[in-house]
Amino acid sequence: MPEHEALGEHGSPAREVGEFLRRRGEQIAQRWADEPLFRTVFTVSRDEAVEAGKIVVDALAQVADTDQVHDPDAAGFTLVREQLSRMGAARSRAGFTTAQVSNDVDALRPPVENLLVSDLPDAPSDLVRGCTTALTVLMGTLRLVVLETALSEGQALIERQRLQLLEVATPVIKLWDGIVAVPLIGTLDSARSQVVMETLLEAVVDQHARFAILDITGVPTVDSLVAQHLMKTVAAARLMGAECVVSGIRPAIAQTIVHLGLDLGTVITRASLADALAYALHELGADIVNATPGGAGRR
Amino acid sequence: MSHDFSRQMTGHVPVLRLGDVLLVTLQGDLDDSTAQQLQQDIGEAIVDSGVTGVVIDISGVEIVDSFLGRVLAEIAANASLLAARTVVAGMRPAVAITLVELGLTLPGLRTALTTEAALELLSGQQPVTRAGGSGRERR
Repeated sequence: MPEHEALGEHGSPAREVGEFLRRRGEQIAQRWADEPLFRTVFTVSRDEAVEAGKIVVDALAQVADTDQVHDPDAAGFTLVREQLSRMGAARSRAGFTTAQVSNDVDALRPPVENLLVSDLPDAPSDLVRGCTTALTVLMGTLRLVVLETALSEGQALIERQRLQLLEVATPVIKLWDGIVAVPLIGTLDSARSQVVMETLLEAVVDQHARFAILDITGVPTVDSLVAQHLMKTVAAARLMGAECVVSGIRPAIAQTIVHLGLDLGTVITRASLADALAYALHELGADIVNATPGGAGRR
Repeated sequence: MSHDFSRQMTGHVPVLRLGDVLLVTLQGDLDDSTAQQLQQDIGEAIVDSGVTGVVIDISGVEIVDSFLGRVLAEIAANASLLAARTVVAGMRPAVAITLVELGLTLPGLRTALTTEAALELLSGQQPVTRAGGSGRERR
């Protein structure tokens, strides 16, 4: 490496930067503690912010030592990844956009750069330039790591919530001996309707249900895809020997279905869950009557 | 090993008579010749004994394909020509889902959750879960 030879007794610029970071770590951490990124995340005490800054500086020094200033996957970064993501997440929660967080991280660079330049007053200008460049690249990589971690955190959160939604959204309720119901809530996509179908059929077996009620009161819109899912579920339940009733079709949805020309002719439908239950009970040979003859509201 | 076993089981499917009803229990794989034989057996048994119902228990069937779907439909059609009603009992959820995904909703086939429910259904004590689900008058 010719550049290396030109530097004489000095190491490569990256190593030089690593040494500098280790030497001046305390000072850098002190300065960083006043930057918005650290100040707003570590609100308890300034010491805490300094401590956190020190850890980041150490990690940067380690990366610089190994000459991997370009590499966001460098071993040194894994130590501080969690902390960086915490900082990134705190800023995002405070309503900052990704670009603003990026700027915050970028704001960490000038104080270090000033220190570096003042640290090498009599060094050859080649070396100073090499070191500043290495430092800039290193800080750029840090910025990349922060954003990457923040983004992957977001992705993980979305994935977790999606799974939770799948679990939460499909309870099968036993309404009566031999009658189970699934209140469907939210938009039905293929994955969800598959889960609904499976849990419903399992419940039919477990509860020896003769009737299964699909209540779609909580489904905002019904398009041909949702209708197809409903038909599939109804057909599968029928194959197992249970009868499926679809309830909770609101007037607007009924209109949509008719406009779309969907044929739900093979599906038994009722206006409300109560109607569906009354129908199923009647078919089972049970009937609900009021205890007092004068009681109001007999359907 | 297991393959041989299932072959043995389906080499000949027993057709049992329970009063007015024929009980057929399918297990494992069903190949062409066995299915052919079974349809013939059921037809002859209906004519010989004058039963009015056929219950096919498929709770032992874990894997289903379009062939089995067609065989079931054909048995039902055969039986109805001979004035007997066919009920398929004990279909597993996974099998039902597969048939629906294959587009085989088997219209014209009666179904029941268990063999017991199927027998009740044939004896007319319980309401019939009809093909297509629309057969019943609506209130």
